[in-house]
Amino acid sequence: MQELKFKPKSRLREFLGEKLISVNAYIALLAIFLIFAFVFKEAIPIFTDGAVQQEASLEKMTFKQEFRAGREARWSWQPNSDIPKFSLWPLFLGTIKAAIIAMLFAMPLGIGAAVYSSEFADRRLREFIKPVIEILAAIPSVVLGFFALMVLATFLQNVLGLTFRLNALNAGIALGLAVIPIVFTVAEDAMTSVPGSLRDAATALGANPWQVSLTTVLPAATPGIAAGVVLGFGRAVGETMIVLMASGNAAIVSASMLDSVRTFSATIAAELAEVVFGSTHYTVLFFIGALLFVFTFLINLGGDMILARLKQRLQGKTS
Amino acid sequence: MKKLLIAGMMVGLAALLLAGTNITIKGSDTLVRLGQRWAEEYMKHNPNAVIQVSGGGSGTGIAALLNGATDICEASRDMKEKEYKLAAEKGIKPLRISVALDGIAVFLNEGNPVKELSFAQLKGIYTGAITNWKEVGGNDSRIILYGRENNSGTYAFFKEHVLDGEDYSEYTQTLPGTAAVVNAVSKDKNGVGYGGIAWATGVKFAAVRKTDSDTAVLPTTETVSGGSYPISRELYWFFNGTPEGELKKLINWALSEKGQKVAEEMDYIPLGKELAEKNMIK
Repeated sequence: MQELKFKPKSRLREFLGEKLISVNAYIALLAIFLIFAFVFKEAIPIFTDGAVQQEASLEKMTFKQEFRAGREARWSWQPNSDIPKFSLWPLFLGTIKAAIIAMLFAMPLGIGAAVYSSEFADRRLREFIKPVIEILAAIPSVVLGFFALMVLATFLQNVLGLTFRLNALNAGIALGLAVIPIVFTVAEDAMTSVPGSLRDAATALGANPWQVSLTTVLPAATPGIAAGVVLGFGRAVGETMIVLMASGNAAIVSASMLDSVRTFSATIAAELAEVVFGSTHYTVLFFIGALLFVFTFLINLGGDMILARLKQRLQGKTS
Repeated sequence: MKKLLIAGMMVGLAALLLAGTNITIKGSDTLVRLGQRWAEEYMKHNPNAVIQVSGGGSGTGIAALLNGATDICEASRDMKEKEYKLAAEKGIKPLRISVALDGIAVFLNEGNPVKELSFAQLKGIYTGAITNWKEVGGNDSRIILYGRENNSGTYAFFKEHVLDGEDYSEYTQTLPGTAAVVNAVSKDKNGVGYGGIAWATGVKFAAVRKTDSDTAVLPTTETVSGGSYPISRELYWFFNGTPEGELKKLINWALSEKGQKVAEEMDYIPLGKELAEKNMIK
């Protein structure tokens, strides 16, 4: 066999090619890091600036405040007022309420669809269901929000006789629609990657198809399903347009699912455009942004870690 | 093919740069329809000018003016003291010109038996002191409050003039524009909302009286420009310094008879001849 000579010219090209590609990767990482740094930098005055802390210290933003002397202490989000009020608790509660309702709606539907699609549907049907559900993910969230605002809210109010037309339930269901594809995709992948040997073993021991799916495959795929739920929750927490349009945006502290809510993301979207640069309101909004960033980052990190462990386990690399 | 694309982009860019004067108008959602209509009419007669109009709320527009991001700021309220101070720090000299009048109407669902409300009742309703329609002569059901986001000039004006500076009840659901408020009230038989009268379809106006001894007045062109409707305000355009060139032509045209007629067609209240002439740039 003839020996191939390695020409110096192509060595240079190879070197440049490699460096260019890695520069691209570094630019992406740098961009993420810089955004992170910018948001946190704008939020720092909460901890350092005395003037900001007069109105919005960590303590003032978390606990009930007696805003006017003599009136009862309460939580309130009224940043544009003679006495600005920056309680974050109603916003946090609103975010969690809407996200939980979204998950309660999306989990049964998403996981149920995944079980059906991976275990019981024949191949042609499965190849039809999977892309169609993933189209749900392609619907712009503003369209889902509009649908919830115009159609779903009226429907819910007529059927359930609600006092508030725009409420957490309305926004939660629309959010759930946006989250279903995430839960479905990850759960379905988890279930189809359960090794065939497991199913065969269960069948060999006398299980009928239902028993194989529900007692053997489903438990084996649980980490993947959990990852799907976690990722879906992260999406529900960060989603902005749907809650902005469909939740009523009233910063109320209550346990009821049928009251209006105001979420972190909707607050930022509605208020950041007008706020005067450098004011306390501006700083608090960036602080909320930083909170959201950290929260969704941790949620997504958790979800990815669960998925990674699942892959390793199925490949036999961990116990 | 690629070369053609690049050449095309360069020609497009050149055309954009060589085009006539670019004017940006940003701000109040109450004024945005009028701003757009004025821009369209003006561009018809002055094809050299390119005017872009967007909304976002009075607060957004003012912030844009202070950041140098817009030529004209539309606002349904005056700038606050801290905004004037910030402008001075940034070297911006805001010039305020009235361009039209507006009444803030109180919207009620067409099925609501209540027909008139006093300032005291409105204040009670919107601060959360009055929670049931039967307290103001309506059905026995909870009042559902709809309002605007806190960057809205309409929000600020209503708070100052009707609520006497008190905060809105936290149960007020905030919606992104007057059209959204009207839409919400039209779908909710226990709803109440407020906003510019230029937007109302599908809801009815409440006749408003300032004190219990006044007669309640419905908001119409006559009552607002005549002054008998108690919740009325001037709508402004803010400039940075005295406008010149194309900007000056634009504002003078808007204040002229033709411009004010366009405003009237759009259901805004024209300024009236004297006020208009007073505001024109000489």
